[in-house]
Amino acid sequence: MTLMQELGNRALALGVPISVHLDLTYRCNERCVHCYLDHEDHGEMDTAEVKDVLDQLAAAGVFFLVFSGGEIFMRRDIFELIEYARSLMFCLKLKTNAFMIGENEADRLASLHPDSVQVSIYSHRPEVHDEITKLPRSLERSIAGIRRLRARGLKVIIANVLMRQNLGDYAGVKTLAQELGAEYTVDPTITPMMSGDRSAIQLGIGSVDLKNVFRNPELISNVSEFCAPPPAIDEDVLDEMACSAGHTFCYVSPYGDVFPCVQFPLPTGNLREQKFLEIWRHSAPMNEVRSIRARDLPVCSTCSHVGTCTRCPGLAYMEGNMRGPSSQDCEKSYARTGIPSAGYIRKSLAAASPAGLIQIAVIR
Amino acid sequence: MSAIYVARISEIAARMLGGEMMIMSARDSTLFSLNETASAIWQAADGLTPLSEIVERAVCATYEVAPQEALQDAEELVRELAAHGILRVSDQPIAEQAS
Repeated sequence: MTLMQELGNRALALGVPISVHLDLTYRCNERCVHCYLDHEDHGEMDTAEVKDVLDQLAAAGVFFLVFSGGEIFMRRDIFELIEYARSLMFCLKLKTNAFMIGENEADRLASLHPDSVQVSIYSHRPEVHDEITKLPRSLERSIAGIRRLRARGLKVIIANVLMRQNLGDYAGVKTLAQELGAEYTVDPTITPMMSGDRSAIQLGIGSVDLKNVFRNPELISNVSEFCAPPPAIDEDVLDEMACSAGHTFCYVSPYGDVFPCVQFPLPTGNLREQKFLEIWRHSAPMNEVRSIRARDLPVCSTCSHVGTCTRCPGLAYMEGNMRGPSSQDCEKSYARTGIPSAGYIRKSLAAASPAGLIQIAVIR
Repeated sequence: MSAIYVARISEIAARMLGGEMMIMSARDSTLFSLNETASAIWQAADGLTPLSEIVERAVCATYEVAPQEALQDAEELVRELAAHGILRVSDQPIAEQAS
């Protein structure tokens, strides 16, 4: 077991939220076609409020802190907040499009020692990247920002979200990352909007392309292990929790709302009304999320993929039931192994039966 | 024997978890876990207090250990932490203490 795994286990045993994702703003200078956020400011926390939240998170034992958005550099107080977070000794990870990182900003960031800076790059070709962000020259500016950060020795991670629009460009983005001295990570998941609008999912890559991505050794380190059929289910697997959401991780919105995860918009409390630890420890919805084990999932507990599935309870919640299957993860399990999931079979049967009933009605 | 001064380095991230100090090195993102005694020494490393005094206050006052033996162990510890870039060691007081 690695020290990182030990740390996670210890935090779980102690009920400590070891990791928090804090969106400082939903405002953004880009308008990415797949973004799940409403970019209007509906009353984000001010500097003093964010600092108070940071004090509470540090006292609660949070070690890994992500500052994200929206675009974090849209906030005029961003450096004050980064400096404050670092004075509280958080392991700070920043997510930005790097568009606004000039020489001065890079100098200041370097002096504050964030753990890493993650930048989304969709393509190495401006005509593709800028068409996704809807911001002219965004690729050029993001690359310039990354170069400035790398020149100062900061760790940069290029995140490559795969969609139909940019699927063919991952190799180019990976090469670009190598050239810039940045790490590269790829993600084929498109998240529905927090409002529940699921239209952006159509931008995601289809089953055939997903299957090819999962079998591509350039993107997946151990294809045969990753795509292996699921092992037989044992009782221990049914006692496992879905993920760290609500257990050792949670999400805080710019308005002070606390959720189990970025992808899990189940309201559990608001930091303008309650203290963080009160929400973390005593919120009924948070404790409900925490109580769920694989055996409590009516469909997934019967599925052969239950032990290896990446099932996201937040995506399932957005489909209407946090104990239900997540279609996107059913699709991933199928694309990986070629074996349909219980959720997938159920959905296919449900889709088939109304037509059957209509036929019966016609005969009558 | 000349005095040793130790100071925490501001570049790192740190948090106490279940009585142990978790430290992430900014140099290479290596994670360290310090036990209770080492955590107490690390927390008291203000750059101005001699290590012998820190050991006396943070270790000898709590644990039944001979001061000389404790100091020897502490010296080994701080040199190891310094080698990993999470602590600064000097034979002079370290004025610049960012954390």
